[in-house]
Amino acid sequence: MALLQTQNLTAHYGDFQALFGVDIELGEAETVAIIGANGAGKTTLMRSIAGVLRNDAGAVSFDGVSIGALTADEIMAQGVAMVPEGRKLFPSLTVEENLLIGTYGRKTAGHWTLDTVYDLFPILAERRHNPGTALSGGQQQMVAIGRALMSNPRVLLCDEISLGLAPVVIKDIYKAIPQIKAAGASMIVVEQDIAQAMAVADRVYCMMEGRVTLSGTPDSLSRDDIHNAYFGASH
Amino acid sequence: MAYKVTTQTPASRIAAIVGAIAIVVLIALPFFAGRGTIQDMFFILTMLVLAQFWNLLAGYGGLVSIGQQAFVGMGAYALFGAVILWGLDPVPSILLAGVAALIIAVPTAFFAFRLSGAYFAIGTWVIAEVVRLLVAQWKTLGGGTGTSLPRSATRDMWFVEMIEEALGVRSAAARDILAYWLALILAIATIGGIYWLLRTRRGLALAAVRDNTEAAKSVGVDAGRMKWIVFLTSAFGTGLAGGLIYMQKARISPDAAFSVTDWTAYVIFIVVIGGIGTIEGPIIGVLVFFALQSLLADFGSWYLMTLGVLAIVIMLVAPRGLWGLLSERTGLHLFPIRRRLTGGQLTTSEE
Amino acid sequence: MIWIDTIIQGILLGGLYALFASGLSLVFGIMRLVNLAHGDLIVMGAYLILVLVTLLGLSPFLAVFVAVPLMFALGWFLQKFLLNRTLGEDILPPLLVTFGLSIALQNALLEGFSADSQRLPTNALTTASVDAGPITLGVMPLLTFASAVLVIVGLNQLFYRTELGRAFRATSDDATTASLMGIKPANIFATATGIALVIVTIAALYLGLRANFDPNIGPARLIYAFEAVIIGGLGSLWGTLLGGIIIGVAQTVGAAINPEWQILAGHIAFLVVLLVRPRGLFPRAND
Ligand SMILES: Nc1ncnc2c1ncn2[C@@H]1O[C@H](COP(=O)(O)OP(=O)(O)OP(=O)(O)O)[C@@H](O)[C@H]1O
Ligand SMILES: [Mg+2]
Repeated sequence: MALLQTQNLTAHYGDFQALFGVDIELGEAETVAIIGANGAGKTTLMRSIAGVLRNDAGAVSFDGVSIGALTADEIMAQGVAMVPEGRKLFPSLTVEENLLIGTYGRKTAGHWTLDTVYDLFPILAERRHNPGTALSGGQQQMVAIGRALMSNPRVLLCDEISLGLAPVVIKDIYKAIPQIKAAGASMIVVEQDIAQAMAVADRVYCMMEGRVTLSGTPDSLSRDDIHNAYFGASH
Repeated sequence: MAYKVTTQTPASRIAAIVGAIAIVVLIALPFFAGRGTIQDMFFILTMLVLAQFWNLLAGYGGLVSIGQQAFVGMGAYALFGAVILWGLDPVPSILLAGVAALIIAVPTAFFAFRLSGAYFAIGTWVIAEVVRLLVAQWKTLGGGTGTSLPRSATRDMWFVEMIEEALGVRSAAARDILAYWLALILAIATIGGIYWLLRTRRGLALAAVRDNTEAAKSVGVDAGRMKWIVFLTSAFGTGLAGGLIYMQKARISPDAAFSVTDWTAYVIFIVVIGGIGTIEGPIIGVLVFFALQSLLADFGSWYLMTLGVLAIVIMLVAPRGLWGLLSERTGLHLFPIRRRLTGGQLTTSEE
Repeated sequence: MIWIDTIIQGILLGGLYALFASGLSLVFGIMRLVNLAHGDLIVMGAYLILVLVTLLGLSPFLAVFVAVPLMFALGWFLQKFLLNRTLGEDILPPLLVTFGLSIALQNALLEGFSADSQRLPTNALTTASVDAGPITLGVMPLLTFASAVLVIVGLNQLFYRTELGRAFRATSDDATTASLMGIKPANIFATATGIALVIVTIAALYLGLRANFDPNIGPARLIYAFEAVIIGGLGSLWGTLLGGIIIGVAQTVGAAINPEWQILAGHIAFLVVLLVRPRGLFPRAND
């Protein structure tokens, strides 16, 4: 049985419908990538799973239990942590405080502690007393990932962790993913960079206009399939 | 087929007719109503004026002032000063009351506009306190204990003798009738003036600011200038009302004239209960307020407690007030501000 | 010499105003909410202490320990079930709801306790004074000032040394992202208002011990508190203390010149600061 599953998930912003019956699955110890053009609904999907956007009781289940009607803090306490799009560090908190706040709603012992996060991203140890927002974009992204890891989540949702970063920095950050997997988290990685997504993912979902248009393992999908799923067959 | 852009609705046309009849009745009221009714109506009309101006500030301008008592008190004291110190007649002195309020509104705005949102609110209150404390130092007008209008000034007031003769009433009643007519003129001018202001290009921009700040910003509404216009206008009108109210009372003290309860709290309750951000709201609100007061005023603090709780409940469950509830259900707009397209034929049937 | 005495009395009075202001500053700092009923809550706290003193025969200093949890609970529920519902983009609901609350509270107190002025019972300690060289300092004003400093130190510790403090700051920065950390913003806000009312209770103790109080004096306390907060700069607690001191000194100096000018002088000091430093003396960088 899947660890995390959405069934016929819909989402609205006011009158605007952003998701139309999305079904995805994430298995235990699996990494799934979600790709799609701007505005496809990837962030909306992540926010719906994390509980930041309301949805129906039956639409999301985690570990066999419906979490669709729970609030974001309750879902986090169950073990679903998110690295939000745009990093969203707390400006009033130092780097270390940003990491520590990640355990507020869930204090589960596990691989990830301040020390292991600093081992993963050594630069953060040097900057631990700086305000979180005084760091470079890449370093901020590391803090955001570390912050989500601190609660030792069972599922980690990463929304565009390469957004706006230089290729070398992206490489640095993606180097951490195998270690995160090894420590036992299942992951959903939202990514615009298709090559990067293919490299880390066990399976890929492609979204367009609020629907999943394609899914499969990276090696089963051809370039043309992806191109069509990304932009629609007419292109 | 001719297209016409209009703000009229069938309801507003009927409202205009009903309104015209109401105005005629109100003008004629002293000919058949007793003195008690006239005094009640004076109270309702002056509170309505204060409420309309506070609503202009808070409901349309987003400037929540808790310092309206500064303008009521300043207007009232200016009137007393003009009569007592300069020997002017009270009736023209009402205009001076408005001007005096306008004059102190300039430094008030200068200070209060440095604060935003909630702090603006308390800032206006502080300034009203400062004005009260300063006025209480004005010994020739009675200092902290206050003073009365000299009997000679009230007896020989403009128009009073005319009214005495025409209606065959005593001097005191004639003064009330005069005050009532002046209040009626002021109320009609206020509602008409605000309605006009809101329908000008500037006013439409103001409503846009209220409805959607972001959109208004992107259209380039000069919010700073609008704030000044709205603030000064409402200070002037509030000052006129203050002068008129105290001309009728003929006795003044700093604590009464600068009372935050009488001139701001009540006014806020009227607007909130009736419906903030509409012209109809304060009209309904003042009627409800008067009814509540007639029923409950004997219960003193229970009455005020009820008003406070009522304001909280309305703000939470029906933030657009009684009029908001009504117009939501019925789509009724007596003072329509939005322009709509009429006539011709629309190809799509979308509203 | 008389001037030094006046100024020192003013500084100590500033401690009282800083106590009035700290709760307001805390709540504003965390949820951008200005509670117009703050002054009336202080007065209510004083009545609560008075009731406890009368009913239980406690000294006011002990009664405070009973009052504090009650006031915390009141603040928690007030925020959770009333004020949280008013938070949002629109500034009207919180202002009008707390204004309604202010009026309702004032009149409830009037109904319950009449307009007569009251005072908490004082004893030898509270009326004692100590000689410091040529000037005499009241024990009460000294205690008030010390309490203000302690409250501010305590709040700073809470803010910068505890997990709750981190949650306060995080929620204040971005409530949605905070909820991704497992924080319930609604409860954080409720806790903050609870703590604010704990400070209100301490302020109420000194208000009631130092002078007479009646149900109508709340709004004036709100105004002093507000002035102290603005002078200090929004969100800076030490700034708030300094703001309180400035108001206090202005008032005692004004009163020394002419007793009728006491209150006026405080307001004028506020306006002068607003004129030269519109964002207060210690403005927060990211506001
Ligand atoms: N807060 C919002 N209010 C209204 N509409 C929104 C909001 N957020 C997103 N949308 C709309 O929902 C749709 C999906 O947006 P979403 O942010 O989920 O896309 P995305 O796939 O994450 O895009 P990107 O790759 O640019 O991050 C878009 O059409 C977007 O305009
Ligand atoms: Mg996105």
